[in-house]
Amino acid sequence: MSTSSLPAPAEVLPPPFERYTLLGWLRRNLFSTWYNALLTAICAALIFLAGRSALEWALGQARWEVITANLRLFLVGQYPASATWRVWACVGLLAALIGLSYGVWGRGRRANALGVVGLPVVLALVFEGETRIALLAAGAAGALGLGLGRWRRARLARWAVFGWVIYFPLVIVLVSGFGGEGSVLPLVPTNLWGGLLLTLLLSVVGIVFSFPLGVLLALGRQSGLPAVRALSVTYIEVLRGVPLVTVLFMAQLMLPLFLPGVTIDRVVRAMAGIVLFSAAYLAENVRGGLQAIPRGQYEAARALGLNTWKMMLLIILPQALKIVIPVLVGQFIALFKDTSLVVIVGLLELMGIAKAVLAQPDFLGLQAEVYLFVALVYAVFCYLMSDLSQRLERRLNTER
Amino acid sequence: MSDQAKAEQPIIICRDVHKWYGHYHALRGISMEVKRGEVVVIFGPSGSGKSTFIRTINRLEEHQRGEIIVDGIRLSHDVRDIERVRMETGMVFQQFNLFPHLTVLENITLAPIWVRGWPRAQAEEVAMQLLRRVGIPEQARKYPGQLSGGQQQRVAIARALAMQPKIMLFDEPTSALDPEMIKEVLDVMIELAESGMTMMVVTHEMGFARAVADTMYFFDQGRIVESGTPEQIFGDPKEARTRLFLSQILSH
Repeated sequence: MSTSSLPAPAEVLPPPFERYTLLGWLRRNLFSTWYNALLTAICAALIFLAGRSALEWALGQARWEVITANLRLFLVGQYPASATWRVWACVGLLAALIGLSYGVWGRGRRANALGVVGLPVVLALVFEGETRIALLAAGAAGALGLGLGRWRRARLARWAVFGWVIYFPLVIVLVSGFGGEGSVLPLVPTNLWGGLLLTLLLSVVGIVFSFPLGVLLALGRQSGLPAVRALSVTYIEVLRGVPLVTVLFMAQLMLPLFLPGVTIDRVVRAMAGIVLFSAAYLAENVRGGLQAIPRGQYEAARALGLNTWKMMLLIILPQALKIVIPVLVGQFIALFKDTSLVVIVGLLELMGIAKAVLAQPDFLGLQAEVYLFVALVYAVFCYLMSDLSQRLERRLNTER
Repeated sequence: MSDQAKAEQPIIICRDVHKWYGHYHALRGISMEVKRGEVVVIFGPSGSGKSTFIRTINRLEEHQRGEIIVDGIRLSHDVRDIERVRMETGMVFQQFNLFPHLTVLENITLAPIWVRGWPRAQAEEVAMQLLRRVGIPEQARKYPGQLSGGQQQRVAIARALAMQPKIMLFDEPTSALDPEMIKEVLDVMIELAESGMTMMVVTHEMGFARAVADTMYFFDQGRIVESGTPEQIFGDPKEARTRLFLSQILSH
């Protein structure tokens, strides 16, 4: 197109830009009118009063030794000390994988890269002894993964995907082990699993298995086959109509009745309960996403000759799942916290350990310290999940 | 049947096609034959059944009486027959219906790879040829949401052509476009018609019809009111209803 016939373009003005000084910002936001100034003063006084007593308690009166003395319990429960290295190996592998993924796919923001390596190192400063060494090793593994990923971006992409795929089964094998006393990885019975380790395992198994099951149920509910639809609707409505506690009890008591002659491990039974329960909710969330896809997408896919399965897998599900990422992550966060309910069937995950620690004669009456610590651990993991979902959403946004 | 005889057979045969939505009688006995290489334009007021009819050809809508034979395949409940017909007919929609989560190139190569089973390299080569043909090869790596309406519709045409169909169906392809983008899409369609593609087009673009249509069909209330060459329809419409409709859409 020739530009000579067009009128001269209007002068392009930069967008308005204001530079704030600290004082300017304060005046504008906190002291703009006399009543805003008054409110600011009152709030500052309140924050000071509350904050001071909280800080005094946290730094002076609180007996944090209840945490440090029982750290092992909080992290892995009764898991034998001779096998703890296996858990740390899982953590190190995870750090390496995350580092590798950042290196391969990351958009090269330095702050993110520092997070991978920095977080374990910062944690290492807080803890001591064996934990500190293990955390430093995890940080080093993360750095190694990051470096490798940066160095051979294209070639290692496949390996990163492969790593994530085998990571989960690998963790299960490492943590549970096999064979007797003499083998390389002696079996650790699940009644010894506990603490954060058990919480994370229950959550990850819950998420990894309830996701495909939930998607299948959502598709089943939309199916044209009446039998499939009826089955899916019944399953979803029944499971959603029952509290998780009930499902957990049922899984403990009923599963052995349904499968006579087979002894199913107690932890596996709890996992099954969580998976079955979560899948019903997940199905409804995914259905919401499916319903948001315009009919034109189905028609375009069909008009090209795609059969139902290809249409679902290639066109409909990718879009539907993208829409429901925030909801799904919300559900995964809820699932993560709901794992604390397995206490009632006698499993000692993080909350169970907290109760057990509080029953020790040395540490009676230290609820505040213990529950604050547990809450902090939950909060950190929930924040990580929610942050990851926001990154994923930004990454998958194709409307830019 | 010899190839010659087959070539002379109509590629689309519709006999007494009926369609109901609940109690509403949307198609009331449509009969039509389309020869290979013929360009058919269907026009008529909204609600006249023209979109419903064109969508019965690749069975996005199911007809309930009469028969439709596309390239020798009789449309029935047989899913394999339906998929064979869909492989041979490309369709372009009013709302483009590109897949927003895939790039332009992925939109075009998806069906050749997953339905025809072509290797990716071959599919991409064909896709790039088609993008050059519709005039936007530089947009291959973008997502549909980053393109203008006219560009999206041209991608949609390329996507349909990538399956190397024998028939192209257009369901009001320019109705959702801003006026300045209509021409770029019509130009592509005219070039396609001149290349000998069999086309069935539902449109109100009478300039397009005059330029390339072999036969025009005027639909009203689920029936074909009148059909003929553009010269007959524009020069000497027989039915009062046709004359009234044409005067309404040509006057502004």
